[in-house]
Amino acid sequence: MAEATQPDSDHEEDSGRRDFLNYLAIGVGAVGAASFAWPVINSMNPSKDVLALASIEVDLSKIDVGSAIKVVWRGKPVFIRHRTEKEIEEAKDVDISTLIDPETDAARVKEAQWLIVVGVCTHLGCIPLGTADGEPRGDFDGWFCPCHGSHYDSSGRIRKGPAPKNLVVPTYTFLTDSTVKIG
Amino acid sequence: MSNHPAPNFKNPVIRWVDSRLPVFSYVHAEYGVFPMPKNLNYFWNFGALAMVVLMVMILTGIMLAMQYTPNVDLAFNSVERIMRDVNSGWLLRYIHMNGASMFFIVVYIHIFRGMYYGSYKNPRELLWILGVVILVLMMATAFMGYVLPWGQMSFWGATVITNLFSAFPLIGESIVQWLWGGFSVDNPTLNRFFALHYLLPFIIIAVVALHVVALHIVKSNNPDGIDVRGSQDTVPFHPYFTAKDSLGLAVFLLIFAFFVFFAPNYMGHPDNYIVADPLVTPPHIVPEWYFLPYYAILRSFVDGWWIYEIFFGWWAAAKLAGVLAMFGSLIIVAVLPWLDTSKVRSCRYRPIYKWAVILFLIDFIILGWVGGKPAEEPYVTIAQGATMYYFFHFLILTPLIGWIERPKPLPASISEPVLKAGSGAQFAGASAAKMEKS
Ligand code: HEM
Ligand code: FES
Repeated sequence: MAEATQPDSDHEEDSGRRDFLNYLAIGVGAVGAASFAWPVINSMNPSKDVLALASIEVDLSKIDVGSAIKVVWRGKPVFIRHRTEKEIEEAKDVDISTLIDPETDAARVKEAQWLIVVGVCTHLGCIPLGTADGEPRGDFDGWFCPCHGSHYDSSGRIRKGPAPKNLVVPTYTFLTDSTVKIG
Repeated sequence: MSNHPAPNFKNPVIRWVDSRLPVFSYVHAEYGVFPMPKNLNYFWNFGALAMVVLMVMILTGIMLAMQYTPNVDLAFNSVERIMRDVNSGWLLRYIHMNGASMFFIVVYIHIFRGMYYGSYKNPRELLWILGVVILVLMMATAFMGYVLPWGQMSFWGATVITNLFSAFPLIGESIVQWLWGGFSVDNPTLNRFFALHYLLPFIIIAVVALHVVALHIVKSNNPDGIDVRGSQDTVPFHPYFTAKDSLGLAVFLLIFAFFVFFAPNYMGHPDNYIVADPLVTPPHIVPEWYFLPYYAILRSFVDGWWIYEIFFGWWAAAKLAGVLAMFGSLIIVAVLPWLDTSKVRSCRYRPIYKWAVILFLIDFIILGWVGGKPAEEPYVTIAQGATMYYFFHFLILTPLIGWIERPKPLPASISEPVLKAGSGAQFAGASAAKMEKS
């Protein structure tokens, strides 16, 4: 095994060069691996057909004051509520600084009587109850998420429970007084 | 690893194979003559039981995969077809369904055995950590498997659990969309979960192999928690533990079969026989029973809970705190070898810690019970108390007891307590004679 002995410290130059080649090889390998890893990981991101989302148009004329409907947008429910005067007042009267996720009611609606929010609890994604008649609306006249007990108010803001954020307001525009385009 | 010489196989074919690939020598050394402490009790059956359940899960799983369709429009019906039309389909599915529960029962007992008898301590730390890795992999596998039938609990369980990742600031949303492959749990999600549910058990096999290799290096602990001194303290694996494991297995299979044949849906949730509806959340979402303790920890963190306010309130939202605590509750088990400051392994000789471990078990059971209750009083308060105790046990009680406790005197050897109990000399003579024979 004598010939297998490594030439060492007396060949400074050689080992420096060998180290360099080692680092170079490892470096090139790492860059190669990383550039292969990205497409692999990225293949799991939403695909083009999923991203090509249609927007939807909703007819509001059939929603009575005080009731609400659920429509599907991007595979998720959107709540549209025709708010009563009382609900609008409640939403406006809150002292913003006491809120978990402070936002004024005015910043969350375009027309005071129409509240439009994505119906997905910001805690862990359940659909809060309170849209259909007879469902519990929680302590603040809005929605109640049965999964872990989040209460949302009549502006869709989180008031009590584990959810960190208000219900999301999607982008929408009123096409006429009674039709809205979501997305 | 044993000091017995390799056996001289009589069968020439075996000899031929063995001299080229020593699989027979290996089995002989690791499962034939492998030295086992002679005082092991039935708690030492559960590793072998876990291994059998893993094999049963893989076998039934592959058969089910031949009949199952991973598509949101077809999945639920393909499972119903397995139940009604496929020959013995109902049997395969009920075995696989209940097998998951059995797997967790067995592994939880296996882990608790390790905690009680101090199997996690030097030199078995890495063995223990590999065990926790197996537990985490099992959880991932079971979670994704439960999504496949595409019932209401499948869908909403998947929604709630994948949404956990949205708790992380900045990148949370992107992670969740990456997991989903869309904007909600949908077809891409179901497809990838099926692929991963098929893959992970084979990764579990690989980690179990490492777990067993590590075990055969450091060898088994025992109920006295003291080291083996020599061959007088051990018996060969075969026939002693092949027999003992077989008896344990027979009893276990009876219990397993009872559930499969007489109460196949007892541990499941009826809502999972309703096809998934992305627009209707069931009034009360519960994960499978074996996740309930962790689910209770997750839900305990709400605004206003003083523990949350002190430790997290100033830097993390309640949701993030719950997620961190839930993952933390598993990581903390992995570092138990360094939290326990006592040198004595077995609780038999630890008068205080023994009660702490038993209280911890009770706490874990309470967490499991309360995790299945709705998020209202008094359950929230109970869950918070039990969550607090879970961490208190590991982070405060365990190190503290190690420092202040006075352990009972340890026996000089594994044989000593046995000899003392029996009538001294005669017993020793008998067991010495037995050793000579083997
Ligand atoms: C698929 C799951 C598992 C399988 C198949 C498995 C298998 C085994 C087997 C066959 C043994 C030897 C027999 C015995 O001592 O019971 C063993 C020992 C052990 N296992 Fe596991 N195991 C699993 C999960 C775990 C987990 C989750 C942990 C801990 C977190 C763990 C910790 C240990 C320890 C510490 C030992 C050595 C015990 C001793 O000798 O006292 N195992 N395992
Ligand atoms: S998902 Fe709504 S409270 Fe947890």
